[in-house]
Amino acid sequence: MLEVQKVSVNYGSGQGLDPVSFKILPGEMVGVMGPNGAGKSTMMKALLGLVPVSGGQVRYCTCPLHQQLEKVAYVPQRSQIDWDYPATVQTVVSLAATRQLGWFRRSSVATNVAIQQAMERVNIWDLRDRRIGNLSGGQQQRVFLARALAQNAEILLFDEPFTGVDATTEDILFRVFSELRNEGKILIISSHEWGTHLAEGLTSLDRLLLLNRELIASGTPREVMTRENLRLAYGRVWTHAFHGDGKDDDLFC
Amino acid sequence: MWSTLISMLIEPLQSEFIRNAIGVSMMIGVLCPVVGTYLIVQRMALMGDVMAHCVLPGLSIAAFFGVDRSIGAFVSSMLGSFFVSWVRSQSRVKVDSAMALTFSTFFAIGVTLITLLKNKLDLDRFLFGDILTVTLNDIYATAAIAMLVLGAIYLFYKELLYYTFDATGAEAVGLPIKWLHLGMMMGITLTIITSMQVVGVLLVIALLIGPALTAYLVTQELHHMMFLGSGIGMVSSLVGIYLSYYLNLPSGPAIVLVSSSLFLLMFLFTTRSTFFKRTKSHY
Repeated sequence: MLEVQKVSVNYGSGQGLDPVSFKILPGEMVGVMGPNGAGKSTMMKALLGLVPVSGGQVRYCTCPLHQQLEKVAYVPQRSQIDWDYPATVQTVVSLAATRQLGWFRRSSVATNVAIQQAMERVNIWDLRDRRIGNLSGGQQQRVFLARALAQNAEILLFDEPFTGVDATTEDILFRVFSELRNEGKILIISSHEWGTHLAEGLTSLDRLLLLNRELIASGTPREVMTRENLRLAYGRVWTHAFHGDGKDDDLFC
Repeated sequence: MWSTLISMLIEPLQSEFIRNAIGVSMMIGVLCPVVGTYLIVQRMALMGDVMAHCVLPGLSIAAFFGVDRSIGAFVSSMLGSFFVSWVRSQSRVKVDSAMALTFSTFFAIGVTLITLLKNKLDLDRFLFGDILTVTLNDIYATAAIAMLVLGAIYLFYKELLYYTFDATGAEAVGLPIKWLHLGMMMGITLTIITSMQVVGVLLVIALLIGPALTAYLVTQELHHMMFLGSGIGMVSSLVGIYLSYYLNLPSGPAIVLVSSSLFLLMFLFTTRSTFFKRTKSHY
């Protein structure tokens, strides 16, 4: 079980994240939702110790998570990467083996097989020799998904995986997320948009965390997506096609 | 015709100083582009320039105390790179401004120290290098540093690849990115100090960036960029020295001008191909 206890981040000048606490069981897929600048990425980085936290702790199976990062696969936002970097698809996916191989070793049969399988699973094996800068946004996201899969991690964190991807990639993302959940992995997925099929995306989640510099609500998507919670998070009345006549407090009804 | 060409190639080799110059410049021709590759992919091309300028205070202080000048240069240059990182991390100041401030400040400190400490440093040699005064000991020292830096890059290639491509991802899998950064900065500094006496501080950056950037235009992988960059670096060094011998040009600038001409050729070649592809796709 992943236990997050009162983790907070203080960047100064009011920026950061107020103490956040939650627990995630193996086989749970948890969404993190909130407007831009709500601290979704900050929270993910804080869980892994990538930004200095001002308090709290993160434990996985009773031990601090930052001491067992080999069990974690983190997929950063696509916009954080320089896609003009001289590397092919296969090279980027192969980075997954860096930690497993350890220092000084280049590759092994087992890691090569895992890398190929991961690429086939997200339909990018045919693109393996292509330079990453020549891929579409969706294909680039699948490269990172394959890298995360090849790591064979127990906890997977995806930062804004749906941003700027095509429908094919969106379908693959949902399929792979569902498979990973069935394999007993812990998934944390942040997004300010849940794909073109918002309702379908949200209903596939076991739990949703609604964030805006603090944890506004946590529970099943149905419990969290109330008009009041969304107003607190987004500061405005939430209107979306699947809300029906817009009169119900429970947006799933 | 062939015999004339061959005799033209052999004639300079009869002088020992030319043989030494070719030896050391070929080694630097390999080393600089490999290290420069990391500067380019990290968008830190000007960092090499900063670190090259930052060696001056160290050179002056080392000369004053009678310590090996390379040690002074190394410490001073590393301090410069730490200063850039520190200013960047502690304030809103962007990296380009931090670099501009750092290198001008260190260079000013260096020039002031040379006057105050009454050093007998030859500033012209520091700025423009003098490849034709290279001794056998310089060749051994360059070979040792080249082997050290290239060996470290070979050993830590996959970790450095991860770090330079996706620093956050590398940290997330538990790679010691601070040590990787420090190691990379040390490698860059050692390369600069070694190259300095050959082509001078002002032209080090050109050899660090030029050949690797030419390779960047046509390669798909980081290690391809390193190999092709090294090849271009060696050709630039060799052709530069021959041009310098026959046309009586200063050797450092000759090497750099060959390297820049090769970039221009490759640039025109690649943009022309892209232009034709685009034109064809319109019809």
